[in-house]
This record gives sequence, structure tokens and C-alpha cells, in this order.
Amino acid sequence: MSAPGGVLVIAQAEGGALSELSREMLALARRLADETGGMVEAVLLGENLGDSAGDLIAFGADRIHIGDGAAYTAYLAEAWMPKLIEVAADAPPAVILIGHDTMGADLAPRLAIRLGTTVATACVEAEFVAGRLHATRSCYGGAARETLSFKTGPCVLTIKSKSQAALDRNNGRKGEIVPLAADAVQTRVRIVERNVSAAAGVRLETAAVVVAGGRGLNGPEGFKVARELADLLGGALGASRVACDLEWCPASIQIGLSGRTVAPELYLALGISGASQHMAGCGGAKTIVAINNDPTAQIFKSSRFGIVGDCQEILPPLIDALRVLRDAKDS
Amino acid sequence: MHIAVCVKQIQDPEMPTALLRVDADTNKMMLTSSVSPVISPFDEQAVEAALRIRDALGEARITVLTLGAEPARQVLKAALSLGADEGVLLSDPAFQDPDSYTTALALSAAIGKLGDVDLVLTGRQAADFDAGVVGCGIAELLDIPAITFARDISVDGGTIRVQRVIENGHEIVEVASPALVTISHEIGAPRKASLRETMRAARKPIAVWSVEDLALEAAQTGALGARRVLEALYIPSRDIECEFQQGASAREMAQNLARRLYQANIL
Repeated sequence: MSAPGGVLVIAQAEGGALSELSREMLALARRLADETGGMVEAVLLGENLGDSAGDLIAFGADRIHIGDGAAYTAYLAEAWMPKLIEVAADAPPAVILIGHDTMGADLAPRLAIRLGTTVATACVEAEFVAGRLHATRSCYGGAARETLSFKTGPCVLTIKSKSQAALDRNNGRKGEIVPLAADAVQTRVRIVERNVSAAAGVRLETAAVVVAGGRGLNGPEGFKVARELADLLGGALGASRVACDLEWCPASIQIGLSGRTVAPELYLALGISGASQHMAGCGGAKTIVAINNDPTAQIFKSSRFGIVGDCQEILPPLIDALRVLRDAKDS
Repeated sequence: MHIAVCVKQIQDPEMPTALLRVDADTNKMMLTSSVSPVISPFDEQAVEAALRIRDALGEARITVLTLGAEPARQVLKAALSLGADEGVLLSDPAFQDPDSYTTALALSAAIGKLGDVDLVLTGRQAADFDAGVVGCGIAELLDIPAITFARDISVDGGTIRVQRVIENGHEIVEVASPALVTISHEIGAPRKASLRETMRAARKPIAVWSVEDLALEAAQTGALGARRVLEALYIPSRDIECEFQQGASAREMAQNLARRLYQANIL
């Protein structure tokens, strides 16, 4: 049995290219649409979108609604909502997918209520079971999971970064592009100022190696050593919420439930206890390696390799040893 | 200025996850008697945000609302002990087992009944189900603007100014009241209840409102009105065997780890 209607992805572009999370959502949309027999549509609002429409098609969309203009320079729910409602009402989808970031988490509940339905946020999986969409998401700080279905439609889902694998780019795919007028909308909320720092070093979400520090790093000095290790491994630096709250590192690198989600090949947890709220942001890592002076720390239960010891004592010789092995491998 | 703060009573999120048990018959998390329920931490910070606004303005009336059975009265008392002025408990058998939508519906009806609210505050999400839907849901149902993930909030005249957390930074936004703002943890630690406020709290009023008081139909609320079905709730296992590196010294353990990472083709 298949449900009618298509799958609509609310996509985002970064620097003129389609965002990684949008690509991941398109793969999920493709899989769901193949079951419903519907179309994968995408809507993209922004300014200077470059060839994002081409990206959307190459990564799985059949029809693109694209609004490119100064009205969409920065995301503002009220400014985007009328256009999104227009697209959703024009071709009522069975499912709407939105990325779970500060934009999606802000937008999705409003859009869902406006459409007379509800939203399952931060989903890690979605599939049709006997014709009904089942969405699975983490709860209890990542310690539990729930599976939800919908009594109302469309099913609106926000999708966690790294929960889906994007399809390979297929430049041979064909799709239809529908331009949208970038109408300026009178909004009640007004953006006065926007401060976005270009994050230094490798981007957390795409890094193959993430070195993350917690309370066990003992202060900002410990983070300098962690940064050295991250640089050596070509990785990105992350942190637990405790370390961010103590201002040992910028809040923007917080990993966990209320921070970023990463899924690297290797996650090095330095002095991190592994509370479920933190694991919610790194549980998708392929291999976790932990250094912690508490042998009963939760983090070891998710780790493939571990050392029970003080980071201050372990890290300098670890950096030395890794440098020697890397140089030996390179030569 | 009248500030309404919506709070939720949850199981203590700091409790060891090993104590979490799901009742397979009801798909509910079983209560652990050894751990007392608490006010959801983001909601406690929303109360703190309201108190800071009152501190800055010198005057504001703070009403705390919660949806839940009689034991949820405890979180209202906790908020009153921090300095809120009055509580509203939305309690009715029909409200039981709500989803985010029916929770937002009941709370928005209650805020509508209060009548003169200038600012609604909620936590960014409840720390049990982590959904983060109720805040914006209330704003949509009341047709007032919403600002999410506030790390700082101030009020000047009728203008609400918020620093909002975004990827890689923050933005400053302004809106005229009435509006709803969801509070993120970056706002900082909430104050502790003082003995004086706790003593005063015992005399502060707590109203109890039912479905009828909110002019709602039972079928619209709680589990009946819910727009989602909880198909399953479970605790996934992710325990794996950890290979602890041994050694007589920190250097030796570090060298063993480095070697193993290369042997296992991880590096």
C-alpha cells in the first residue's frame, strides 16, 4: 500500500552550494517517494543561490521551487513562511523534510501548526510501515528513542544532520525548476544585527576526525593541547557543554543535544564523562576513543579504545607517538 | 508588564541513564521512586529570564503555568520560590497524555484566559522528550511572533530585544510585545530559591483550570486531540567492549594507543 502525494524538502544553501544536510535529506526523500510513488520536490529560498537548483536535481529532486532575492538574505520565519505555505498548499505533499538546525527547529513547528498538523523533530530515521510514516527520534537526552506516526498530514519531520547518507551526485538527472517571486514580507520580528564567526579550522560537521574536550582538560590550556592534537590529525576541535559553560572554549564548538551533531570516523573524547546529552551529539561516530581518569565513566561504554588516566599526562606523549607514526607512514 | 512562563515537570535529567526503564505495556518511561521529578532545566532558565527582566524593570508580574496532574503543582511552587508571583495548574483528566500540539493548545488557551500577557517565555525544549515544539506552537495558536533560542533578553518600553543563538554565532532581533521567546541554556545559571522567597511562596496563589475553564472540548485535548501516535519508546543498547590500554607509565599507555589506532586502520 502506498500513501499518495510527494515528499517536499525544505533545502538550504551555503555560499552558493546546497548544504550537506539538504543532500542527506534528498536521499531520504528519494527513498520515501519511491514508496509513495510521489515526486521529490524541494523549495529553496535565499540570496545568490548559484547553481543550487542544479545541485538539488543532481542529488535527487524532481521539481525545484526556488526563490532567489534580497527578501531571503537571512532566514526569518515570518519572511519565509508565506512562500513555504504557498508551495506546500500548491502541491500538498505527504511528507515535509526540514533540516534540524537553528533554522529548521525554528521553522518546522510553526509551519506544521500552520498546516494543521504536527512535527517530529530531530528524526534519525523515517520509513513507511503498512502505509503509515514512522519517524524515529532520540529523547531523554539521547538515552532513549521514540517512534512516532501521524494522525494528521502532511507529516512534518526535522532531520538530524549525519543521520542519512547522501546519494552520489548524478549530473544526468532531469528536473523541473519553478522560479518563485522573492516578495518582501512585512515582519513583526526585525533582525538588528547578525554576528557570524567563520569557524576556525576544519568544519566540525564534515571532519573525519573530531577531538573533543571536557572538564578533564582542566582549563583553556588543556584546550590548546587538544587543538594541537586536532591539527596533527587534520581534525576539528569540539567540546562538552561543561567546558563551554566554563568558557574554556567557544560555545560554538559544543557537541551534544543542545549543540552540534558530528559523525566522524574517529571521535577522541578527552576528559569527557559521556553523559547521554553529550552522546546525543557524537553517538554516530564510527570509532570513539576515550581518555578519562575515571574508569567508571560512561564514555568507556561507547568507546572502542580507552585509557584511564589524566589528559595532562597522556596527551603530550600521545601527540609525540602519533607524530612519529604519521611520519613513518608518510615516508 | 505581565510575563507568562510555561514550565514542565520532568524526571531529573541528571539521573543515571541506567535507571531508565520503559513500561512496554503503556510505552511510558517508568518513574523511579529514588529520584524526585524536577522543573525542566531550560524552563527553570526561562523563569530566571523573567526574573532578570523584572529586576531590570523594577516591576513586572510573573505568572507560571504548567500542564499536568496534581504532582505538577510542585514545579509551580519551585518557580514561586524563585520569585514568580502566581501559578496556574492546568489539570484535568482530559489533558492526560498530550502531545506537543495539545500541550500548546491548552497553554495558549490559558494564556488567552490570562488576557493581558505581554511576553510568554518557555524553555527551548523540555529535557525529557527534547521536541522543542510547544513554544512556537503556542505562538502560532495565539498568532503572536516567536523568537527561539534566546541567550539574552531585555525589555525597553514595549520592545523586546533578544540575542538568539544561530549556527556559528548569534543575531540580535527586536519585536514589539506581545511575543513569545524560547530560552536557551546560554542564558546562564538560574538563581537559587532564598529562604525569604520560599516562605512568601507558600502564600502565593495557584489557580487550577480544567478543560471547561479554558472553553475547550475534551476531544480537542490530551491524548484524544493529539496529532501524533507514540508507536514505540525504547532504550537502545550501544554498549561495546572497550579495549583499555595498559602500561607502566602515561607515555607507555599513550604509545600503545597510538599504535593500536594505526594497527586497526583507524588512522
